[in-house]
Amino acid sequence: MNSAIRRLAVAAIILMLALMANSTYLQAFRANELNGRNDNRRVRDSQFSVDRGPILIGATPIAQSKPSNDRFEYQRTYLPSVAAAYAPVTGFYSYLYGRAGIELTQNSELNGSDPSLAFRRVVDVITNRRQQGASVSLTLNAAAQLAAYKGLSGKKGAVVAIEPKTGKVLALVSRPSYDPNELAGHDLDQVSDAWTKLNEDANKPMSNRAIKEIYPPGSTFKLVTMAAALSSGRYTPETKVRSPAVLELPQTTVGLPNQNGQNCGGSDNATLTVALRLSCNTAFGSVGLDLGADALREQAEKFGFGERQLPELGAVASRFPADPNAPQVAQSAIGQFDVQATPLQMAMVAAGIANGGDVMKPYLVQNVKTADLKTVSETKPESLHQAVSPEVASQLTQMMVDVVQNGTGKPGRISGVQVAGKTGTAQTSPDKPPFAWFTSFAPANDPKVAVAVMIEDANVPRNDIAGGTLAAPIAKAVMEAVLSQ
Amino acid sequence: MSIASTSVIQIIPRTRRGVELMLLIIAIAVAVGAYINIGLTVQDRIPASTGYYAAGISLLALIAHMVLRYRAPYADPVMLPCAVLLNGLGVAMIHRVDLGLKQAAEAAGREPRSAAAPQQITWTAVGIILFLVVILLIRDHRRLQALTYTAGLAGLILLILPLVPGLGVNINGAQIWIRFLGMSFQPGEFAKLSLVVFFAGYLVVKRDVLTLAGHRFLGLDLPRARDLGPILIAWAVSLGVLVFEKDLGSSLLFFGLFLFLLYVATERAGWLLIGGLLFLGGAWFAYATFGHVNKRVADWLDPFNEVGGQVSNALMGQAWGGVLGRGLGQGRPEILGFYGQSDFIISSFGEELGLTGMIAIILVYTLIVERGLRTALGCRDIFGKLLATGLAMSFALQVFVIVGGVTGLIPLTGLATPFMALGGTSLVANWAIIALLLRISDQARRPQTPAAPVSDETIAMAVQKQ
Repeated sequence: MNSAIRRLAVAAIILMLALMANSTYLQAFRANELNGRNDNRRVRDSQFSVDRGPILIGATPIAQSKPSNDRFEYQRTYLPSVAAAYAPVTGFYSYLYGRAGIELTQNSELNGSDPSLAFRRVVDVITNRRQQGASVSLTLNAAAQLAAYKGLSGKKGAVVAIEPKTGKVLALVSRPSYDPNELAGHDLDQVSDAWTKLNEDANKPMSNRAIKEIYPPGSTFKLVTMAAALSSGRYTPETKVRSPAVLELPQTTVGLPNQNGQNCGGSDNATLTVALRLSCNTAFGSVGLDLGADALREQAEKFGFGERQLPELGAVASRFPADPNAPQVAQSAIGQFDVQATPLQMAMVAAGIANGGDVMKPYLVQNVKTADLKTVSETKPESLHQAVSPEVASQLTQMMVDVVQNGTGKPGRISGVQVAGKTGTAQTSPDKPPFAWFTSFAPANDPKVAVAVMIEDANVPRNDIAGGTLAAPIAKAVMEAVLSQ
Repeated sequence: MSIASTSVIQIIPRTRRGVELMLLIIAIAVAVGAYINIGLTVQDRIPASTGYYAAGISLLALIAHMVLRYRAPYADPVMLPCAVLLNGLGVAMIHRVDLGLKQAAEAAGREPRSAAAPQQITWTAVGIILFLVVILLIRDHRRLQALTYTAGLAGLILLILPLVPGLGVNINGAQIWIRFLGMSFQPGEFAKLSLVVFFAGYLVVKRDVLTLAGHRFLGLDLPRARDLGPILIAWAVSLGVLVFEKDLGSSLLFFGLFLFLLYVATERAGWLLIGGLLFLGGAWFAYATFGHVNKRVADWLDPFNEVGGQVSNALMGQAWGGVLGRGLGQGRPEILGFYGQSDFIISSFGEELGLTGMIAIILVYTLIVERGLRTALGCRDIFGKLLATGLAMSFALQVFVIVGGVTGLIPLTGLATPFMALGGTSLVANWAIIALLLRISDQARRPQTPAAPVSDETIAMAVQKQ
């Protein structure tokens, strides 16, 4: 019997060892993931008691932690007058609902737990100071951001502005917005009420229209079609293309009409420059049919379609349809059918053209600094893709300048500055108002800012909606804000 | 099956009661220290009840020690201090979670629930008194062999008790509690004790028959088909527990204990094979048939499959504790609510004492188990061997099942963490088990009188040696 008992004794030790090994495994390999979970109350509570670093624009903290004497030691506060304007970027820091935006993606830097801040923590322990989080400086331009926010007042839409040479995001606005202070409060009942209200609001104030939603870009996509055409070597700005009032399409009896029901500027064979100036659907439809879906998709992807951009906020990928038939290709060439883009993506198209065809990777975090102002990290501009050659970029620029000077983009003109731009009006369904777009950059000869404006719903009668009249003035205001500095 | 070399262990006839006293002092110092530590960190003061608590537990432990000195001088010196340590740490953690729940209730403006620690301290006293009663009344564990079938019947009745309408209550889907005189009891804890007595007594008689080999398969001697009766009955009963009481843990515990004792009694690994297959079949049946078993498995595979799950919560607590823990009184075990002091108490330790503390506690359990098995090895009669093996292995299985469940190693099942978890029945039953183990160990370690006449014991030893 004793040998059996000895074997059981070994078995019992194996059982106990299994328990110890499993717990050790948890600490070694799973603890980080478990501690990083948004629903981890223990970590959340303790982080609520940390002096969280500020989110800065220049020297202005748009989010900071102030000492509080209730159940938590610090109260996260968003600069009251402009909290809603910056909400799509800062996100919120809520006890009940976790984090969003920069507060989410830069959490470990802000609360000081990031490995890059390990040395700082040791110093804090030795010098007996409270752990302080690092500050995160954004690339945003306050004047541009607020001009965009003001411009969208009373409308549903988004604005993104980028510095073409670097990819710095200068403005990122989505309206309607919300006040993150309401979610950061320590009165949890109030927070929960505010959350419910925001989520039940039919206007979806918490959806980030600038980067998290995709919309048909309409005629602004014609820039991509044009870029593909010029890059193919078979077209120049003066090439004449078929531009009747209605373009007959293969495989279907339904044709592709021009917006105004007429041919392109009085000609059935307009030049590309005229076609862009007047935004003729039929001309771009026939160019699209000639180039084919693959060439269009390839060009779109060089501008950044098909990949997620701006990891600081997690923008969704814009898309070009996978396998369209011929009529669908014609529709896609004018930014309809299944072409879907974020306002950020359309700003990148303009910025790429502005920067000689070199699309820079957009970024929002300029640098991270410790509480005693030592730089932890600094973002360097990086090229994403060379979307078009500098020659094609300069041709596109000229044509876009023409659009603003002589064509649909007139409301985007700024006195004394050459503006390059393109309007867009995208239909979705007859019962929904179309999307009004404007994407532009200025000054055309030495671009400082590229911007995309998208208006989802402006509460104006349907026939008034056109990218030129609705969206262009907002783009103008944003460009002026940047240029006046 | 080869016969392993069974050397007779030379037992040095020393009582080691002094060692026990030293260990007891350490155990009490640690337990009371933890209690004070918690008061200091949570409330910035030494708890007012510390004096009474320290005096009470010291007095009870001292009485237990003195009774052992006179009534079981050769008893194992390690088990009592281990039990006192675990019991004391359990009380401290229950107190800790009490305070945490009180703070949370006050912060939310709710009326705090009445503290559970005083109740557990009372039950500790009852448990140690039962310990003394067992040591004093049962002078020779072999007397229990006469109660084999009585114990079997009692075990069955205790098992069935929670199913009696009006008496049994369903808590968290398991029908293993009864409510009587306004208090809740878990009769399964005493059923465990009774059934081990029954299994041991039954197998002493039947082991010869059950040892007879039938077929040989893959190098294992399988028993004869006609001898399968007892194991099938045990299997059926454990399945019944599973089906009607919806408690996977108890079911596994009872069947596992029977299987282990069957193996020790017969030394036929074939029984383990058959039992293992039967168990797997039963487990599969339960998984396929019962929603609650299915859900437990789903929770095990993905603890985060539902919001606010207990296991996910416990895992986050352990991760938060890290290697060295947050420190007593500085974690957040109250987030687990009532579970932080009952089923998930080990996770509360993981949070506040870290991986280190958890491993230390598991090692203390391992010590009890291995000292119990050591007692079985040294015991001179077959009944005592089986009894000690069963009691020791009941700790091993129970700790494995509950700690494994709480740490995500196996699906969670509702078994009490011995000596620590809040709950009177379990605590008292475990003290009785320790008392029995000490009683057997006293006889195992006691020097044999040189000129002893040929007794049952020596025959039993002769049987082993062959």
